[in-house]
Amino acid sequence: MNQSLILIIVTGALINNVVLNQFLGICSFLGVSKQMKASASLGGAVIFVMTIASAVASLMYDYILKPLNIEYMRTILFILVIAALVQIVEMFLKKKSPAVYQALGIYLPLITTNCAVLGVALNNVQDGYNFIQCVASGFGTAVGYTIAIVLLASIRSRINEKDIPAPLRGAPIVMIAAALMSIAFMGFGGLSF
Amino acid sequence: MKKYLERITNGLLKENPVLVLMLGMCPALAVSTRALNGIGMGLSTLAVLVLSNLVISLLRKVIPDQVRLPAYIVIVASLVTVTELLIKAYLPSLYESLGIYIPLIVVNCIILGRAEAYANKHTPLLSVMDGIGMGLGFTVALTLAGALRELLGSGTLFGTRVMPAGYEPMLIFIQPPGAFMIFALIIAVMNAIGIKTRQRQLVESGCDGNCALCAAVCDQPKTAPGKIAEAPKAVPLAGKPGEAKPAETIPVKPVPDAAKPAETKREGGAEA
Repeated sequence: MNQSLILIIVTGALINNVVLNQFLGICSFLGVSKQMKASASLGGAVIFVMTIASAVASLMYDYILKPLNIEYMRTILFILVIAALVQIVEMFLKKKSPAVYQALGIYLPLITTNCAVLGVALNNVQDGYNFIQCVASGFGTAVGYTIAIVLLASIRSRINEKDIPAPLRGAPIVMIAAALMSIAFMGFGGLSF
Repeated sequence: MKKYLERITNGLLKENPVLVLMLGMCPALAVSTRALNGIGMGLSTLAVLVLSNLVISLLRKVIPDQVRLPAYIVIVASLVTVTELLIKAYLPSLYESLGIYIPLIVVNCIILGRAEAYANKHTPLLSVMDGIGMGLGFTVALTLAGALRELLGSGTLFGTRVMPAGYEPMLIFIQPPGAFMIFALIIAVMNAIGIKTRQRQLVESGCDGNCALCAAVCDQPKTAPGKIAEAPKAVPLAGKPGEAKPAETIPVKPVPDAAKPAETKREGGAEA
């Protein structure tokens, strides 16, 4: 049991990296990674929200959707849960720990539209995970997201100093960097337990 | 009539959601492993986009401003659920290959983006045309990328073999890194074409590429003179500064200095 939880976390974080392998959360991955500090804050916020969202979504699915036999409503329910959750987390942090709230800033509300959060919640129920496995999967995936965005932000800060051919400036060179990162992350596929 | 057609070309080319606005990258990267997947995903998104634009545009005076985003999300999520069930029932093989990316149309930035930027300010008919244009632009971009990846990665096109038998498929292109690579190359090619046409327009309009001295309104981002020296390809110092800017710039000192490189660069440009 313990080993399978570790496996779920490592799979989510490295082997099946949410950004580089499953292409979820690309918008924020490409958009926010201009600055190191912002990327780290967003990563922290995503870890926080994604872990809680996976937990709540799992409970909702098991205790509301399944008994009522309306599993097809999961998309609507999950997106509402995530939106409400982000709002609650925002209000809670604002009151209880203003320092964290300040650090996360605008990135907290942006997470609502981050498809990685919804994607993980949907993937979890599709894989038939139980509650604890869902939490582990949400946490692992969010750690993977943070690793990817922080790495890309540091690569971009070096790219900015280089003389790049005009047509490749901006998005294309960032995507080529992401492609190389993705190749590197494919190496984790060889990990075996 | 013209403005309706203009909406469609706008979505297809000028504001292509994926290749120009960089919206909806997640499904674009994920499902473009085959050309057929690209068409399937593109058309599903098109359907949701047209309907959501229509509904939101019809309700634009009813939905209070403060709760508009949650309202939009519920509308889009319902439409996506309907689409998902339809695809599951009638196109099970497509449902299998698109998988989780069908429900994820809900968080596709294109849909909320168009609702917020267009549909809640315009009439239903215009919004529908906007949805069709944007959806077609998305479909075209996905199909193009899917076709390229399928061709390079497995040597086929829409499932039929087109590459000669001796062709060894480059598997990397149907794996995740290939998605980033192909999109990077497509956008780079579009940038290169854009730079070329802008160059021509600049020469025709008499812009000397030196935005610091220019008072004209143009869609070029204002670049510092230093940047221009670095990127002669992007903004050539061609044209006739004297003609473009009458009277007011002539007494400015830097003009003779700037004119010299302009002279030489223009000759180079004429040869090419």
